[in-house]
Amino acid sequence: MKKLVVIGAGMASGRALEHLLEAAPDTYEITLFNAEPRGNYNRIMLSPVLSGEKTYEEIVTHDDAWYVANGVTTRFGEKVARIDRDRKVVVSETGDELAYDKLLIATGSNPFIVPLPGHDLDGVIAYRDLEDTNRMIDASGIPGAKAVVIGGGLLGLEAAAGLRLRGMDVTVIHIMGHLMDRQLDAAAGYLLRKALVDRGIKVMCSANSKEIRGEDGKVRALLLEDGTELPCDLLVMAVGIRPNVALGKEAGLAVGRAIHVDDQMVTSDPDILAVGECVEHQGAIFGLVAPLYDQAKVVAQTLLGEDATFVQRQVSTKLKVTGCDLFSAGDFADGEGREDIVFRDPARGVYKRLVIEKDKVIGAVMYGDTADGNWFYGLIKDGADISEMRETLIFGPAFQGGAAADPMAAVAALPPEAEICGCNGVCKGQIVDAIANGAADLGAVRAVTKASASCGSCTGLVEQVLAVTLGDAFQLPASQPMCGCTELTHEDVRRLIKAQELKSMPAVWQELGWKTKDGCHVCRPALNFYLLADWPLEYTDDPQSRFINERKHANIQKDGTFSVVPRMWGGITNPAELRAIADAAEKYDVPTVKVTGGQRIDLLGVKSEDLPFIWADLNAAGLVSGHAYSKGLRTVKTCVGTDHCRFGTQDSTGLGIKLEKALWGSWTPHKVKLAVSGCPRNCAEATCKDVGVVCVDSGYQIGVGGAAGMDVKETQPLALVPTEQEAIDMTVAFVQLYRENAKYLDRPYKWIAKVGLDWVKDQIVADPDNRQALIDRFAVSQSVYQKDPWAEHAAERAETYTPIANLTLEAAE
Amino acid sequence: MTDWIDIGPLDAISPRGARVVKTRAGCVAVFRTGDDRVYALDNTCPHRGGPLAEGIIHGASVTCPLHNWVFDLETGIAKGADSGSVATHPARVEDGRIYLDLSQLESRKAA
Ligand code: SRM
Ligand SMILES: Cc1cc2nc3c(=O)[nH]c(=O)nc-3n(C[C@H](O)[C@H](O)[C@H](O)COP(=O)(O)OP(=O)(O)OC[C@H]3O[C@@H](n4cnc5c(N)ncnc54)[C@H](O)[C@@H]3O)c2cc1C
Ligand code: SF4
Ligand code: FES
Repeated sequence: MKKLVVIGAGMASGRALEHLLEAAPDTYEITLFNAEPRGNYNRIMLSPVLSGEKTYEEIVTHDDAWYVANGVTTRFGEKVARIDRDRKVVVSETGDELAYDKLLIATGSNPFIVPLPGHDLDGVIAYRDLEDTNRMIDASGIPGAKAVVIGGGLLGLEAAAGLRLRGMDVTVIHIMGHLMDRQLDAAAGYLLRKALVDRGIKVMCSANSKEIRGEDGKVRALLLEDGTELPCDLLVMAVGIRPNVALGKEAGLAVGRAIHVDDQMVTSDPDILAVGECVEHQGAIFGLVAPLYDQAKVVAQTLLGEDATFVQRQVSTKLKVTGCDLFSAGDFADGEGREDIVFRDPARGVYKRLVIEKDKVIGAVMYGDTADGNWFYGLIKDGADISEMRETLIFGPAFQGGAAADPMAAVAALPPEAEICGCNGVCKGQIVDAIANGAADLGAVRAVTKASASCGSCTGLVEQVLAVTLGDAFQLPASQPMCGCTELTHEDVRRLIKAQELKSMPAVWQELGWKTKDGCHVCRPALNFYLLADWPLEYTDDPQSRFINERKHANIQKDGTFSVVPRMWGGITNPAELRAIADAAEKYDVPTVKVTGGQRIDLLGVKSEDLPFIWADLNAAGLVSGHAYSKGLRTVKTCVGTDHCRFGTQDSTGLGIKLEKALWGSWTPHKVKLAVSGCPRNCAEATCKDVGVVCVDSGYQIGVGGAAGMDVKETQPLALVPTEQEAIDMTVAFVQLYRENAKYLDRPYKWIAKVGLDWVKDQIVADPDNRQALIDRFAVSQSVYQKDPWAEHAAERAETYTPIANLTLEAAE
Repeated sequence: MTDWIDIGPLDAISPRGARVVKTRAGCVAVFRTGDDRVYALDNTCPHRGGPLAEGIIHGASVTCPLHNWVFDLETGIAKGADSGSVATHPARVEDGRIYLDLSQLESRKAA
């Protein structure tokens, strides 16, 4: 008999041996080495062992009896140290030699350990084998023990969920913006995160690890780049795997990212074959078992001299965390001619997305309801033509073959007891009754039945019931949806962000049923503002959702250059500042220097790549961004007031500067401009500003809602207050009320027209406690946002202003 | 014949962001979508020359920063009611680095 030596008793070689022995038990005399002190077990089921849902005995695939019965000589717990191809022998770590006719390398992968300082401390482990699993189980047995898992991929999350089930306090650190970023899109990643957080697992995305700290050689804490220290007794690294190629490489086999094999699973040496995660086939490496099982079949046939070809195929992923149902398969990136079909059911936490190309499904991501996952996976694998069932495809196989779904007909066909509003348990019959009793529009139905009054996600359905019941008498409400991505209005979205505590863009997209994957240029800037205004501490500003002016902190010009306007507090400057502006204008060849209508100086025509440098120069002279580009505080115009003017009644310049210092840096629904005039002659034009203060002998007249742009509006009186501090308080409270309530891109005058000046007065003037609460919330927001973006960008983001590459410098060909 | 040029690491562009590559035949905008696809298009909007790299990127589209025309990143064709297109260039990512094939630009310059 010929001698077959197998290195590694893992999942791939295990399956290969089964095929081989089944087809031809007597072809080879087989010796099986394994570094682990045991035979083949179902590695992917280590997670249920960790969580306690299974025992190790239950996941063993080949026990001692199996090896004996099949005549396989086992050398478990013995590593192969070297392959001598010339003599066709393997050398074990004990120095023992064994000859082979055919050799099968099946050494799998090694977990990748990030070489952070402290990675070799006791208590820092990977997640790959039974030893790792048992160490985790032991660690979780200590009361009060804490674990940190680095890596929010499949393995990391299964480790985290298992440890949590065993009662540990677990934090997952993930470097990317959402969990399982290789398999899921942001929307599904968001739902997954929510489910894990609900189970008490802490999840930190976009987090970079810096150092592992220890005490007496044992892990004590993980330190993040941002300075956060996470105490832990166990640190699990699950950041990826590296094919285990050392043996093959040393033996001189062709090796790239892994050991090269051809379609028959033969390496560059005709007598050596390889299978599993240690191989590279046509540029691809592998990390899931499905393709490895295909390889195992091929390698067995090749060993038997039969003709077989390994063909790569699509893989699908599921997460083995009980209760977190997710599924992903195929390619779900955007691309030409690719279309998304998205289905969201916020109430059930369901998200499904299919990517269609040329009438075929090429990718699928689903969360919450994965029952149809395998059906979609089949469509992907088969390249099935779906044009016939396109309209109803997303609803799965149960809905195919019937009539095309017309939503109106579907609503009309619903029985009276069908539930329409899940939050309030309102069924169709109740709504129809309310309509019969005179409720003729959404507001009336909502008032009588409470349908759509809570989360609002059934609003469309309620409207359809109205339309079906009233027929032509029903007019859809005039309020416009925010954009093509949603049916909801700005007002609805603002309300729901607060009511449902939605604190990230993916949260909004999912919970409010966005129809697109990541919004559009209309909704993204608005959502970014709503989120940062409502959750200043929890939400992180997203520069990619801002219009260019706000992203680059400068006004884009028609030729693609930018303008630079430094702040000039209350319009007051001095020779040093003017000199710095003059120097900068010369140094950066600024073509136009203009005094603006807002009492400051504009440097127009600056090149993008010069921006960080001109800012740094201006910063050095104490000048900061004037936010002339922002939906935020612009200018506070002042007049000379009591300092110099013979009519001045109060220090208008001083108050203007104080207001600008209090408000600068804040983001608002639209731009906000202020002015303070020293007397009713009003030289600062305060009566046409968003907030205008006119000083009088008895104090300060505060007006709001003025404008002098496309509409000219005179301010309306808000209050007359005796002291400067009260004038500042009223102004700050007004700006915060506007920030919290207005629709994006409504100037204050438009917003006041909607809510009424009386309501504004009730909130600010009549209710001192509420006024103070508004001021306090503004202070919290300013603690995050009142900073000079120029200084920050010049120091940290300068490179984003430059070309990524400059090919004009290359030598001419 | 393709002629791939390594223009830098993928990380140098934020997701849903863009940077430009300067060439002797004008600027090329390199876009990275939310799911890490990379596209290269001429940076100049056919409407009034707006710099497309400064636009908002959503799905596989970019909105011009000057007057909100929306372009398909793969085809370079304006979407919706607007008509016009910009040249696209082959782009790919390998081992975390971005490669562009600008041979089309070169031939345009030579023509
Ligand atoms: C630079 C400046 C003109 C000047 O040279 O004086 C200016 C320039 C622009 N204004 Fe203005 N406005 C300037 C003072 C004004 C004023 C006067 C004032 O503030 O006292 C007004 C009328 C007052 C008002 O806002 O009610 C004004 C009403 C507008 C409007 C109309 C706003 C409205 O709600 O109707 C727009 C359009 C917009 O914001 O949507 C606008 C938009 C613009 C933009 C940003 C257009 C754009 O989107 O690109 C211009 C940028 C030019 C550039 O490339 O830098 N600008 N703009 C002034 C800068 C003031 C500053 O120091 O920050
Ligand atoms: C916790 C966990 C959960 C997983 N969940 C899933 C899942 O849900 N779905 C999925 O598809 N995949 C999953 N996987 C991945 C899957 O387990 C692997 O793809 C599969 O085990 C790889 O098989 P293999 O035979 O190539 O390597 P392995 O199963 O790793 O076997 C290789 C064996 O070779 C031995 N060895 C290495 N070097 C030597 C040497 N020099 N001498 C002797 N022996 C050596 C090793 O000790 C090891 O026992 C999971 C993996 C883990 C760790
Ligand atoms: S008035 Fe019109 S043209 Fe003049 S700066 Fe303002 S926006 Fe530009
Ligand atoms: S220049 Fe691009 S839309 Fe006008």
